[in-house]
Amino acid sequence: MTALVIRGGHLIDPAAGIDSLKDVLLKDGRVAEIAAPGKLKPADGAEVLDATGLTVAPGLIDMHVHLREPGQGYKETIATGTAAAAAGGFTSAAAMPNTAPVNDSPEVTRWMLAPERGAVIRVFPIAAATRGSKGETINDFAALKSAGAVAVSDDGLPILKDSVMRETLAAAARVGLSVIQHAEDTRLTQVGGKNASMNLGPTSFRLGLRGWPNEAESGIVERDIRLVSELRDARAHLHVAHTSTAAALNAVRQARRNGLRVTCEVAPHHFLLTDEHVGFYDTNAKMCPPLRAAADRDAMIEAILDGVVDAIATDHAPHAVHEKEVEFENAPNGITGLETAFGLCLHWLHKEWKMPLGRVLSLLSAQPAALLNLKGRGTLAVGSFADVVIFDPRAEWTYNARQTKSKSRNTPFDGWKMQGKVRWTISEGRIAYKSEV
Amino acid sequence: MNPTATPARRQLHPPPVPASPFPYHPGSLLSAQDLTLDCVSHILARARCRILAKRRVALLFYESSTRTRTSFELAAKGLGADTTLVSSLSSSIEKGETLKDTGLTLRALGAEAIILRHNSSGAAWLLESETRLPVLNAGDGMHEHPTQALLDLRTMLAHLRPGTETLTPETLAGVTVTIVGDILHSRVARSNMVLLPRLGARVLLCGPKELLPELAAQAGPGIAVERDFNAALHQSQAVMMLRIQAERLAGQQLDLEEYKANYQLHGPRLAAHAPTAIVLHPGPIIRGLEVTAGVADGPQSVILEQVRNGVAIRMAVVERALTASQQGGRA
Repeated sequence: MTALVIRGGHLIDPAAGIDSLKDVLLKDGRVAEIAAPGKLKPADGAEVLDATGLTVAPGLIDMHVHLREPGQGYKETIATGTAAAAAGGFTSAAAMPNTAPVNDSPEVTRWMLAPERGAVIRVFPIAAATRGSKGETINDFAALKSAGAVAVSDDGLPILKDSVMRETLAAAARVGLSVIQHAEDTRLTQVGGKNASMNLGPTSFRLGLRGWPNEAESGIVERDIRLVSELRDARAHLHVAHTSTAAALNAVRQARRNGLRVTCEVAPHHFLLTDEHVGFYDTNAKMCPPLRAAADRDAMIEAILDGVVDAIATDHAPHAVHEKEVEFENAPNGITGLETAFGLCLHWLHKEWKMPLGRVLSLLSAQPAALLNLKGRGTLAVGSFADVVIFDPRAEWTYNARQTKSKSRNTPFDGWKMQGKVRWTISEGRIAYKSEV
Repeated sequence: MNPTATPARRQLHPPPVPASPFPYHPGSLLSAQDLTLDCVSHILARARCRILAKRRVALLFYESSTRTRTSFELAAKGLGADTTLVSSLSSSIEKGETLKDTGLTLRALGAEAIILRHNSSGAAWLLESETRLPVLNAGDGMHEHPTQALLDLRTMLAHLRPGTETLTPETLAGVTVTIVGDILHSRVARSNMVLLPRLGARVLLCGPKELLPELAAQAGPGIAVERDFNAALHQSQAVMMLRIQAERLAGQQLDLEEYKANYQLHGPRLAAHAPTAIVLHPGPIIRGLEVTAGVADGPQSVILEQVRNGVAIRMAVVERALTASQQGGRA
């Protein structure tokens, strides 16, 4: 494999404690050497990337995406989803199992990982916790882990039964996997066969839409934390997906004070938008969990700045145009996010709200790597995987959803200002994305 | 509302909420909120003749309707327009055609305005954004029914403020209108809740918790919740009774006997607490449930007047729909 030299860039690697001008040599898919500018030994035949004026950082890791394969290739494929991820600076994406069929078997997990899928970055399947994600029968976690699964979840659906969730946490802990819970008490969000389609509050009342109460999320998180505390000796790890309510965050904060292994992620839309962004029935503002009240959105921002939130994850959920061009309550939940997450985080968290760049990068790389136990990722220490993002932190640009590399363009961030332009994304030493400028 | 949320300690400026995402056709009527008071006055006062000869208006009805459909049809025909009715049970909608495709088809067939009744909240916005035709919202799910609010207003003005020509933010100052019953599922209530307070009226919402969530009081200014029907009646110059929408209850259980005991409008209750108030009902009435036959047919009832006013109001909004673009700008 050829070597790559990244020359003249400002290396920020929070996990390795580096924040200075460095040249980096990538070789055989790994970081081979880091040296002061101009001090790298010339490598024969190495391609040189001029990163003068740019920032070099560990490739971003999105621990929550829907790549739609197998089964829903009209929304997204592993090839198009990973191309969008690479354009967004991501070198790793953890793919949720709500595919068709559900990824509840080593066969599906291996199928997703096969080279024929055409992934341009590393995909890490998250396997279903229960058979068919029906919340009844627990899958063989050891077999799924050896096939490549990095966590278990029934995402899109909650594991409602106490006994099943307890056994899932215990069984996952035995094989060293975390359990990622989609916290939604469907007994409160699906009433009489009708689904709630936005946050419950004055806006849902005004728009005449069925509302999703905050307790439907926080109640499940509180129940899960109780189960984790009962399994304290087993070192069970609960990770709360797409946290959207202040009450759920408070429960996580309290659990951590009590020494439990409870972590959480927040999606950019939940720390930027409120239920008022549904506007006039904009189906690109419909997702699950829904956009919340301003007080909850503000609590997400506070928790990110205060370090309670462990990771930023997109919940990238592509849907075809025709699926979203329907009545609001009939539209599927979800928005795309891989191409906008980094630009939004840099614009809002870093530029507007003054979060240090290293901490923003850590939320998008080192921290999710640790949560999923991805060894050798989320850092550029010598010997790590050569997963790198090179970006211009000062560049401002406007997102145009029509130019997306995803198959879908269901985003509320079309036309939004972004900060920080990705110039190259390098996955295990290969250039996965290169900007046109 | 959200007692568990931690208040923001830092001075943060999150992204603002955008205004309307697209410019409506100036003839559209999607929400009672869209109309200025001048425009409402204009609609209420409009004198009409057969000025829309051979113009094409489509009625697209996804839900059953007696009053609204017939009065829109009579209104359009009264102005000389040609109407065509597409209803969900006798069209390609049954075969799975989407609202977007149905709207584009009607436009291709020459429809110049579409009157839409739909079971999903917000459907009128979808149809307007996809067709860019003037869309008249004839009821969308649990959201709004703006022409009903306009005809209710015309009816109320005739009794409470006779002779009013120009509406102002004080026209209904001192008037309390109580809306009773299934507020949660009522598009009539929502349209009245946005229109009446803009004329200075106070709106009291009355009903049990299952049909009237506490947060309804936050829907806008001038709106309050009063669970005691007698107390609400006592303060009211107009009482609007609503039907319980069993089709939207979605599995919720409601004790109808208890409901009747607390919220039925019957003769003795009306005589005791609001002997001079007018009684409105958007229909359809379920006699013996929300109102007794005696009240519905009694001297305080203006229910059939509402129906008659419906034709006049709908003539005005159909005319507005088809002439707005020519006049340039929203009338």
